[in-house]
Amino acid sequence: MNHHLVLRVVSKLLIPFILLFALYVQFHGDYGPGGGFQAGVLFASAFILYALIYGVDNAREVLPPKALRFLVPVGLIIYALTGFASIVMGGNYLDYDVLAHDPQHGQHLGILVIEFGVGTTVAAVMVTIFYAYAGRTRDVDDEDW
Amino acid sequence: MTGAGMITIVDIALLTMLCFTAIAIMVLRHLFAVAALTGAFSLLSAGLLVALDAVDVAFTEAAVGAGISTVLMLGTLALTQRREHRPPRFSLTALLVVIATGGALIYATSDMPAYGDPNAPALKHVVPFYIEGSQNDIGVPNIVTSILASYRGYDTLGEVAVIFTAGIGVMFLLGLRREDEDDEGATRRGPGRPPDAPKPGGTKS
Amino acid sequence: MLDAIIAHYNYWLVIFLMMIGLYIVISRGNLVKKIVGLNIFQTSVFLLYITLGKVNGGTAPILTDKPETFSNPLPHVLILTAIVVGVATTALGFALVVRIRESYGSIEEDDILATERAEDEIAVNEALS
Repeated sequence: MNHHLVLRVVSKLLIPFILLFALYVQFHGDYGPGGGFQAGVLFASAFILYALIYGVDNAREVLPPKALRFLVPVGLIIYALTGFASIVMGGNYLDYDVLAHDPQHGQHLGILVIEFGVGTTVAAVMVTIFYAYAGRTRDVDDEDW
Repeated sequence: MTGAGMITIVDIALLTMLCFTAIAIMVLRHLFAVAALTGAFSLLSAGLLVALDAVDVAFTEAAVGAGISTVLMLGTLALTQRREHRPPRFSLTALLVVIATGGALIYATSDMPAYGDPNAPALKHVVPFYIEGSQNDIGVPNIVTSILASYRGYDTLGEVAVIFTAGIGVMFLLGLRREDEDDEGATRRGPGRPPDAPKPGGTKS
Repeated sequence: MLDAIIAHYNYWLVIFLMMIGLYIVISRGNLVKKIVGLNIFQTSVFLLYITLGKVNGGTAPILTDKPETFSNPLPHVLILTAIVVGVATTALGFALVVRIRESYGSIEEDDILATERAEDEIAVNEALS
């Protein structure tokens, strides 16, 4: 897609804002619409946009598949470990009340942490899936579409 | 016109457009057009979800349905084929199955609470507890987040595990690396499967 | 009469959508089309759930300072996660389609079944000779 100047410029402008919006959705999910699932998908879509415009090889340098293979399980582990942390602190599994001195603060902390875990896994899985498809596609000429 | 009446009109208009989009998807044979219409279908249903007060769900549907799954479908088409080869044929069995199932479901709706009924049984069970608890015990304004992450944390843990598993499955099926693709012929073999053919899609690193 | 129709119009249209999805899954031989049909079915189940949660005069379930009635947030939670799980499983389905195409050279059900039958015949002939 070397000659699509408009697409390249516009996507270069948009990608930082997409990432910023994803972070906002991730950490503002307790107050407005949003949360880990949506933020993960938005985060992934920024990288997918980059890969579509600048080529998958460049995207692989920005976000290497090796890092993704690390991030996919890490999100789930963060989630599961939060549950164990609340057992260790004297509550039930995934009972965030005990995570801080005040039950409400504990709930806030717990929700923030597990949403982060959800976001990590979702974003990593989505980009991984895209890489898996894109890695098998031979370059398609514009005329073919 | 009252607010509720206005919402009903928006609602009915969006649902009707969804039905036409679905019929177009059924009839069309060009799979690219189908991919574009699937994106439109998701966007319309996201609009409908906003009208039905489900803002979180609409957000997810717009990002996932209109964004990611359209890209995935285009990727699949690039790897397979762009047209349905067979002309769409009328299938009487399918029609009978569909009519029987649809008839049973529509008959069942006569027992369902009216649309928007504030006294529906589904609203009377745990929901008041969740709404109150979200305010007093959890202190998170978005009730959906507090149910998702706290009251039903086990469910969400399971869902994340399903996403994880699906990601692993795609990795196993399609592989992460490009080198497998480079030895031509390994992938595009045509009909027949020689048993000793190299298996593409290994995840060796 | 009109009230009864308005009370259930949403359900009927959602069921109609569902049945279009089911018809596509059963009647179309193209595997990509089948998965699209499954997606339509899935989305209409989502819509049915959310429709059940709608309350007249309710707002989105986000707490503000003034007391309000809210639509049922529980279906929203279930469906929100189901959408993301749905796209992950759809991706798995498409991945299977890609692999089927690589093995059989086609994504039309008829061709795949014909290939299978031909292979079976060859196997039977080899066993007999």
